[in-house]
Amino acid sequence: MEVITPALRLFRSILRIRRVEEALAERYAEQEMRCPMHLCIGQEAIAVGVCETLKTSDRVFSNHRAHGHYLAKGGDLNAMVAEIYGRATGCCGGRGGSMHLIDLGAGFMGATPIVGGTIPLAVGAAWSASLLDKNYVTVVFFGDGCFEEGVMHESLNFAALHKLPIVFVCENNDFSVYTRLDERQPDRPIYRLARAHGMAAYSGNGNNIEEVLSISTEAINAARQGLGPQFLEFHTYRWREHCGPNFDDELAYRSIDEIEAGKHACPLVDYEKKLKQKDKQFADNIETFEAEINEEILAAFEYALSSEKPSVLDAERKIYV
Amino acid sequence: MSDNKEQRQITFAEAIREGLDQAMEKDASVVVIGEGVPDPKSIFNTTAGLLQKYGDTRVFDMPLSENGMTGICIGAAMSGLRPVMVHQRIDFALLAMDQLVNNAAKWAYMFDGKASVPLVVRLIIGRGWGQGPQHSNSLQAMFAQVPGLKVVMPVTAQDAKGMLIAAIEDENPVLFIEHRWLHHVNDEVPENYYQTSLDKARVMTEGADVTIAAFSYMVIESLIAARALESIGINVEVIDMRSARPLDIEAVLQSVKKTGRLIAADTAYQTGSIAGEIISQVAELAFEHLKTRPVRIASPDHPAPTSHFLSENYYPDAKTIADAVLNLTGTEQSSIDYSDFCVAFRTNNPHDVPNREFNGPF
Repeated sequence: MEVITPALRLFRSILRIRRVEEALAERYAEQEMRCPMHLCIGQEAIAVGVCETLKTSDRVFSNHRAHGHYLAKGGDLNAMVAEIYGRATGCCGGRGGSMHLIDLGAGFMGATPIVGGTIPLAVGAAWSASLLDKNYVTVVFFGDGCFEEGVMHESLNFAALHKLPIVFVCENNDFSVYTRLDERQPDRPIYRLARAHGMAAYSGNGNNIEEVLSISTEAINAARQGLGPQFLEFHTYRWREHCGPNFDDELAYRSIDEIEAGKHACPLVDYEKKLKQKDKQFADNIETFEAEINEEILAAFEYALSSEKPSVLDAERKIYV
Repeated sequence: MSDNKEQRQITFAEAIREGLDQAMEKDASVVVIGEGVPDPKSIFNTTAGLLQKYGDTRVFDMPLSENGMTGICIGAAMSGLRPVMVHQRIDFALLAMDQLVNNAAKWAYMFDGKASVPLVVRLIIGRGWGQGPQHSNSLQAMFAQVPGLKVVMPVTAQDAKGMLIAAIEDENPVLFIEHRWLHHVNDEVPENYYQTSLDKARVMTEGADVTIAAFSYMVIESLIAARALESIGINVEVIDMRSARPLDIEAVLQSVKKTGRLIAADTAYQTGSIAGEIISQVAELAFEHLKTRPVRIASPDHPAPTSHFLSENYYPDAKTIADAVLNLTGTEQSSIDYSDFCVAFRTNNPHDVPNREFNGPF
């Protein structure tokens, strides 16, 4: 792949995550990916925008909805798809599935599905960087539901107390499964709670890649310069069901109008429009990207499906290292 | 006391302090953190002087955030540090169950061994002096039930130091459970840096009549019982199990094959205790060697009451164990001078303070 501009790289990265997840959704019904799967379709710009500024040596922790974070940070696609298929070549050797991704070489430290579970781990990684005088920045992605967990506040408190080099990224998609934010939390901005813990905190439109990039670049640089923890709240919208490959409009927990409005704020389409306005030749790139990405995805599925299956004998190994 | 002047004796608490000190001196990535670690009481003097020697970038007090701080220590352990976390009461660690069970225990397994969590959590258990329902739990079974954790319970000062150093050197999460009533017990403790295996039980007294597999402070009660029983010609084999996970069941099996009689003595509630696990495994693996039914000795299945009037019979002690041995060996009380025998268990102390009449060494 030839060298492309930052704008094209961002666009391509969003497109790639979208197409990977669409392919996963399409094949999920084949019953070969036998694990829960949470898609981030509609929310990709946050992962892409935040990871754009990160170096490979910077560290990312994530949650159950991790595909976008993993891919944006440079996680290996083949190992992710193989993991979802439960193969020995998966990034966890089949022990984790979609909700447990890891690629240490890419600085992707791990994703797990207990709400808030990885937030203190990320603070611990930042604490370690601080005590051992390492220059990496740690980023942790989590949802709005984490603000109902005590561990969120415990983590913010400690990060602020020790002025740790960490960026907290809250992806506020307004839902915890099917329960809306206003049924779970009083009406106050989440990012101001972080500010009350004593750290710099900002909010922005998570579906606008340029806004995400601009806010997160400033925050990551500040954390790297030793200005202490930074907190970012990005508003976004989950298009599909909480867990699984499908749309869930029929459940009627949110109105069709709302869903349409959510999809209308598509980070991919939004950015495509902007890039087309700036550059008349931009459209020429899309076809190339689509073809490249399609080829990569087909190869990843081929890799996964032709990969060795793990042995049942392996199930009782590696409890301890 | 030993005649050999080179055999230095220190207490369990001093051994912990020395182990921490030597581990910190050897490895700059070892940090110690916990509520009260650098305060004037320094966790029953087990962390005394560490702040002065290693500074505030390695010795920390901690916000009252047990779950978050456990997660933070896990994250730090994955990232180059070797944290030793301290809880003055094991009861506080219940707030950290999520991080211990979901993350620390499973990280290596769920990520295919690509990362590990070299974390030590010191948890202090105890009994007596009105500690009551929320300051006296012995929760080792809860933790030991979880694959991926190691749960050790040293008894001697020599083991306290060697096993603490081994726990710090271990790449896996180790819960290091200390009984408060062991902190004052003396033992011969080498001055050098040494490791003691985390997975091997130790025979404390050899005997052919009854096996007593004991945990933590119950080893002391078992040794007191053994001494009294010896005076009437009954020889018990007391095994200090040392670890609740992994469980050195082989050591128990070897002993039971010799004695044919088994008592498992635990500091915990009886139901679901590790004592019960020992009985299960012996019944499954060596049933044919058992001459009599095996016995659990553990705390009753109700919380520890605070009032010493209420707690009079709560904690099993040496006499409970000795009575069980008499029963298992078919020794009628009438066949011995039972009141004479019971003198051995009479202490000058009330029941709710440590029995200072057994202070080691072993």
